[in-house]
Amino acid sequence: MAEPKFEPRIVAFLCRWCAGAGADLAGTSRLRYPPNAIPIRVNCSGRVELEWVMEAFRSGADGVFIGGCHPGDCHYVSGNYKTRRRVHLLRRMLGELGIEPERVRLEWVSATEGAKFARVMGKFVEEMRALGPRKDKAVATAGLVAVRKG
Amino acid sequence: MQPSSLERPSLRAAGPKIGVFVCHCGKNIAGTVDVARVVEALTHYPGVVHAAPHEYMCSDPGQGVIKKAIQDHRLTGVVVAACSPSMHETTFRTAAEEAGLNPYLLEIANIREACSWVHDGPETTDKAIRITRAMVEKVKGNHPLSPIEVGHATKCLVIGGGISGIQAALDVANAGFEVLLVERSPSIGGRMAQLSETFPTLDCSQCILTPKMVEASRHPRIRLLAYSEVVEVTGYLGNYHVVIRKKPTFVDPEKCNLCGDCVAACPIRVPNEFDRGLSERAAIYVPFPQAVPSSYALDEANCLGLNPLRCSECSKVCEAKAIDYDMREELIEEDVGAIVLATGYDLYGKELMAEYGHGTVPDVIDSLEFERILSAGGPTKGEVRRPSDGKVPKEVVFIQCSGSRDPELHKSYCSKICCMYTAKHALLYRHNVHDGTAYVFYIDIRAGGKEYEEFVVRAMEDERILYLRGKVAKVFRDGDKVMVWGVDTLTGKRVEVAADLVVLAQAMVPSAGTGDVARKLRIACGGEGFLKEAHPKLRPLETLTAGIFLAGAAQGPKDIPEAVAQGSGTAAKAVAILSAPTLTHSPEVAEVNEDLCSGCAVCVPQCPYGAITPGDVAEVNELLCEGCGTCVAACPSGAMVMKNQTGPQVERMIRAALADAREEVEVAGG
Repeated sequence: MAEPKFEPRIVAFLCRWCAGAGADLAGTSRLRYPPNAIPIRVNCSGRVELEWVMEAFRSGADGVFIGGCHPGDCHYVSGNYKTRRRVHLLRRMLGELGIEPERVRLEWVSATEGAKFARVMGKFVEEMRALGPRKDKAVATAGLVAVRKG
Repeated sequence: MQPSSLERPSLRAAGPKIGVFVCHCGKNIAGTVDVARVVEALTHYPGVVHAAPHEYMCSDPGQGVIKKAIQDHRLTGVVVAACSPSMHETTFRTAAEEAGLNPYLLEIANIREACSWVHDGPETTDKAIRITRAMVEKVKGNHPLSPIEVGHATKCLVIGGGISGIQAALDVANAGFEVLLVERSPSIGGRMAQLSETFPTLDCSQCILTPKMVEASRHPRIRLLAYSEVVEVTGYLGNYHVVIRKKPTFVDPEKCNLCGDCVAACPIRVPNEFDRGLSERAAIYVPFPQAVPSSYALDEANCLGLNPLRCSECSKVCEAKAIDYDMREELIEEDVGAIVLATGYDLYGKELMAEYGHGTVPDVIDSLEFERILSAGGPTKGEVRRPSDGKVPKEVVFIQCSGSRDPELHKSYCSKICCMYTAKHALLYRHNVHDGTAYVFYIDIRAGGKEYEEFVVRAMEDERILYLRGKVAKVFRDGDKVMVWGVDTLTGKRVEVAADLVVLAQAMVPSAGTGDVARKLRIACGGEGFLKEAHPKLRPLETLTAGIFLAGAAQGPKDIPEAVAQGSGTAAKAVAILSAPTLTHSPEVAEVNEDLCSGCAVCVPQCPYGAITPGDVAEVNELLCEGCGTCVAACPSGAMVMKNQTGPQVERMIRAALADAREEVEVAGG
């Protein structure tokens, strides 16, 4: 039997005002993009806890997408700037853990950019496919199982 | 592993009983998602005691199914897998409440916009299952909440004093509420004040506008702040705090009697913006004779320096002693309950039209310049004379869609009003210059509106205006003529006109500064810079920020009746807020777990609303909290909690989202 094609599993945190509304517009406009990402709506990208990203990787995610408002356009004034700093910090940490930093993607998508949402999501999925399964995964999963059993 | 008992004691006691309802939405969802499989997969999901499909969940029978199940199964939570929560969250939460379930125990799993409409393979159903399972995990952790009651301000702020803003201000004021009408320029009136006649009735624009301007300025409940700008807006629905900068005019409007002696005395002459630079004005000026407020203003940028030692000619001649060089800007602070944004439009610059001479050919003018030329109060007193030499033009070419419907070089959208005003321009030109010839180059004629088509037909047939279907490729100066090279696509022939005057129906663009105001109010602009409405069909007057509304051409190209209708519409929206006894604030806000808070105050600077007070333990003012959750994500000890979206709740959602949709899974607790 042929090896099944690798399909990355992705969690997407989308702020409700910009990226989430942009995703809705992509839907209303019937734009097509790959179904790999499961969206989780948050009020602001600033709500995204770094622990969530780690939890996603711990639970087998191949990529994490965070969508917020464009700089200067945050519905809550400045939450997206905080997100940007946190994601920068997180990427540096991920390298230490053997997870490629590019598995975390931060994108600014406005409520009117349905086409951009479909495009950047498609691109991210494509890049995750190219990157392949997580190299740290086998080790991490084994470790996790051991911890849980213990 | 099970969730810790500390986390959700209420549901842990008896165990959650979640109902899941999956909508077909006709074929909108069922066309690509196997609804039966979603129902089947959720039936066996931990915590779910009931799962059912319905053809249209939002219909009365569909809601009835949910209500009945809530009562029959004594559900402790509900997930509706359907369209985006922005569509029907309120519908379903109201239904839940009617059945006795706290509305905050119902959540929407978006399997339409985020799933069935954007995918078509077999994975679409898997994704729908995962989205729904994740939402079940969220509902399991939700607590019953009640909206917070808030008092509110009863004034309305209207930004922009064009016809749309004036209408909004008048309607709000006539409903009994106070209005602050802020206008950036020295007079209200906006673009409509610059127009000669209006299509299709040929009403004199100023004659129908000025009574409204005067009414607004004399209304006891309208405070007119001309020559003013909004500096800062903070707060939230019903309780916006605004800071407005009133720029100094250096002329006391109470004393100024509009005699005009100062103008004759002023040594400065600069292009007059109101006449689009076709005439000159002094540094002390009134934009146009019917300006409201009716007072002169001294333009600081062009005055010789507000220094009596250098020049005080205006002050010397002013018998009313109205001129005050020491006048300073004033900052006005007010609390308002609702805001109407009516910041209007500009024309796309003719200097951006390389093909039409880059704005350097004097006899190639834009449509607003032509409006001024046609106006009795304009630079030529209403006689059609061209700018270069003041001659009466005998051959005039009107070019429609100049900058519009041109995605390669300019704007891709249709500016909507140009077909109509070009017909009006050509017709008025023919009325002015009886032996003149008018040519109109067009792509299509778009005359959708009451008596619009009839008006264009009148221009074409009765007024003998030559309509040529085709685009103009090039416009250039040739001696004292302006050469127009175009093509008539109906005959397939090249057309060359040696014109005396060319009028460009330039695209409409949002007025300069629209982006700045939008940023101050934290509302979105679309790709072309027009202000973005909450929903293009069903919420055209609202923004995504509650209490902020849109009127007029700032939202998109539109004509006068539409702008007026929108102004009235926003007034109704604003009055609904201002007249409410109290407003409600979402209870989904941050709260502090005092047992865990160490008082480190990391959260305090995260909050853009100043809602957190530091102390031994931090304290959240839930009226100020907008629920963004930035503080929660920053709290190092997990003491800051977002109600109904806690960290552990989302972590369980993540695990459910990543679990294989084809397996029966138990989502481990964190």
